[in-house]
Amino acid sequence: MIEKSLKQQTREAEFVAFRAGSLEFCINIMSVREIRGWTPATAIPRAPSYIRGVINLRGVVLPIVDLGVRLGLPGTEPTARHVIIVAQVGDRAAGLLVDSVSDILSVEDTSIQPTPDVASQLARMFVRGVIAMDGRMISVITMDNVLPAGMDLEAA
Amino acid sequence: MDPMAEIRLTFFQECEEQLTALENGLLSMQEGDSDSETVNAVFRAVHSIKGGAGAFKLNALVSFAHIFETALDRVRSGDMVPDADAMKLFLRAADALADLVAASRDGAVEVTAPYLAIEEEFNALIGGGGAAAEEDEFASLDFQPIITGFDEPPPPPPVAAQNLFTIRFRPLRELFAKANEPLALFRELARLGTLTTTCDIKNLPFLDTFDPEDSYLSWELRLETESQRAAVKEVFDFVEGDCDLVIELAQSAAAPTPPEEMDITAILRKVREEAPTIAAAAIAAATPTPEADAAPKAAKAAVQPTIRVDLDRVDRLINLVGELVINQAMLTQRVLHSSHVRDREVTASLEELERLTREIQESVMAIRAQPVRPLFQRMSRIVREVADATSKDVRLRTEGEATEVDKTVVELLADPLTHMIRNAVDHGLEGPEQRVAAGKPPEGTVRLAAAHRSGRVIIEVSDDGQGINRPKVLQKAIANGLVPPDTQLSDSEIDNLLFLPGFSTASTVSNISGRGVGMDVVKRSIQALGGRISISSAPGQGSTFTLSLPLTLAVLDGIVVTVDEQVFVIPLTAIVETVKHEPSRIHHLGDHSFVLRVRDVLVPLIDVGAELGVRAPASDLRSGVAILIETANGTRSALLVDNIQDQRQVVIKSLETNYMRVDGIAAATILGDGRVAMILDVDALVGPRHHDWAAAETPFAKAS
Repeated sequence: MIEKSLKQQTREAEFVAFRAGSLEFCINIMSVREIRGWTPATAIPRAPSYIRGVINLRGVVLPIVDLGVRLGLPGTEPTARHVIIVAQVGDRAAGLLVDSVSDILSVEDTSIQPTPDVASQLARMFVRGVIAMDGRMISVITMDNVLPAGMDLEAA
Repeated sequence: MDPMAEIRLTFFQECEEQLTALENGLLSMQEGDSDSETVNAVFRAVHSIKGGAGAFKLNALVSFAHIFETALDRVRSGDMVPDADAMKLFLRAADALADLVAASRDGAVEVTAPYLAIEEEFNALIGGGGAAAEEDEFASLDFQPIITGFDEPPPPPPVAAQNLFTIRFRPLRELFAKANEPLALFRELARLGTLTTTCDIKNLPFLDTFDPEDSYLSWELRLETESQRAAVKEVFDFVEGDCDLVIELAQSAAAPTPPEEMDITAILRKVREEAPTIAAAAIAAATPTPEADAAPKAAKAAVQPTIRVDLDRVDRLINLVGELVINQAMLTQRVLHSSHVRDREVTASLEELERLTREIQESVMAIRAQPVRPLFQRMSRIVREVADATSKDVRLRTEGEATEVDKTVVELLADPLTHMIRNAVDHGLEGPEQRVAAGKPPEGTVRLAAAHRSGRVIIEVSDDGQGINRPKVLQKAIANGLVPPDTQLSDSEIDNLLFLPGFSTASTVSNISGRGVGMDVVKRSIQALGGRISISSAPGQGSTFTLSLPLTLAVLDGIVVTVDEQVFVIPLTAIVETVKHEPSRIHHLGDHSFVLRVRDVLVPLIDVGAELGVRAPASDLRSGVAILIETANGTRSALLVDNIQDQRQVVIKSLETNYMRVDGIAAATILGDGRVAMILDVDALVGPRHHDWAAAETPFAKAS
């Protein structure tokens, strides 16, 4: 009983962990709507390089962000084994193209460390913090800045 | 939401309907319709608003509606035959009532001069004495919401002169179905005087044949009151038509007042007029008293039942059906392409499925379709206001009000149409003297017509005014630097100058139109709706603006093209023709610019692939198909694509919902194979490259 109430005090959240390139990331499970396999996307003209295009998600036109490219890593050539994480960003939805989903983590708030200063300006835009766990380092992604800035302007 | 707020909301929703009915009725009265049912409908509308407003203690609204109602009652009783001026007053009062309703809804009610002025005019119309007498009757009315409890009504004050009414009241089942309650009516009657009720239960059936929702009881009521017959009858106003009602004056007060007689003769007259319809009502026939005031609504044409539905629900349904259509197309394509199924029955079933889905889609779209009538009615108010402000005599003629268009289109049309109507009255029509001098009737006419034509809606706004003053337009355009001074322009080119941004011919800026926002704004709004606007004008005879709009914003006809293996859709409305591609017709202008010669006219040739950044600009355009298009402002260009695949109707999907606006792309769609394709924004593609929002675009977008 005592243990349980203690646990509730230090707030715990669940994160979906995934790989993009050689790195591990995670996002809060509450912003994940679904996880699906890769389907070819239709390119959007004049889109930033990290926007792979749009796919038809049950009648909804969904933009796909290549997370690796967004973080400045080399681009992925998606295959059927790649995964799209459909995430909610405010009142919009977007798909994140990643290599694979590894697991679901239960993490206490306190064990998320601030992003180290060495990280590049680009990475710091959407890495909210890092989790050190079993010798792995997992970056916690916030979806806010993953999409092009123009979208925020329009949403405002 | 608390229940009271909800009821309040419903009240204001109903007010909108009543106001529409009111304006409708008044307009047909103005057209010379003196049918008593029309007058009654008008009266009922005002009365219902007054009643509801009373329940919510909206006193300003109640008192204005009351004066309005009093005047209408004189018309209803045949006491007054409204002349043209009176009708205008009624219409203005209807506008004012609408304003008051809106103000009451927003909680900002102040009795301002316009209302008082109209009230004054009403008093003048119906005679000062009459109004004062009515005021008393009004004071005795207290609209308390029935839910407030079972307080005993205040005992009727002792009075010398008493009228004795016998009332035979038999509610029909409709009365209960509309949530009316005889008890509440009796309580209201008891307020007027001493009421004795006798219930007649002889029609009660045996329990085995008893229908709990039917009405079997009737009452004989005796009311001793100092109130007049009209006040007694008013109690039953809300159940008129839903009950059999006979009100008899059994014993009148010692000195019957003149208005009383007036009332009876008026009703007599009405009864004579309505005798044929009343004959239909069996009960009325059974009690042929001279004063029989049987429900006049009984024979009214049945109103089609409707329900209120949240728009979101309809939209969700439309989205789902859109998906169904796509899925059906995917299924068909897959089955037909898989080699082992060539079964005739399968093919037949698929065709049936396609037919059904299409039918479902059309029916669902029809839910969103709305007649343009309410929109046109709003315009009649605009005409009145502008005509008043400019002291012109204007009549609005409307045609094809029943034409149905998508709700969104109707809503988004309101602003541009308002602007065009204002322009027509303010700039198009001449003043009365000028008109007479030109040999025209002093009253100008503005015509507003809607019609369906080949899958689109055509709306015409025309006036019989002076037409476009072309020399003045050209002079102004030159003065504003819109065209070079020595330009030779055709008439239609001059007319189209009106659509240029910042153009306004009014030499003085009036507060009606010509505030710098001109026809260019109208044009842009129409274009945003996927429509086109054109203009034609004859000097001295008037001008006509023609809008051509899509029936719905959900689908569009387009041709499917490929560019470097990517699929795009070009809206069919923009396409003039496809041009046979011959290298000899293409001329290079350097800097990756090309022109195409189409029957000796040179038009810019735009390589869609290079324009959208799909591929690098080519130095020669040897292959592909050119599609000649016309943009909304009438300029022609040719688009070069690799192939034309298909012509089909596509469902429009917003790209902005989850992404953002893309220069050159109007929207997205989902093709039969389930993949997304972009719908080209032809105007942006061929237009000048300096859009405001392009600059605001993200630097990331530029980097790619």
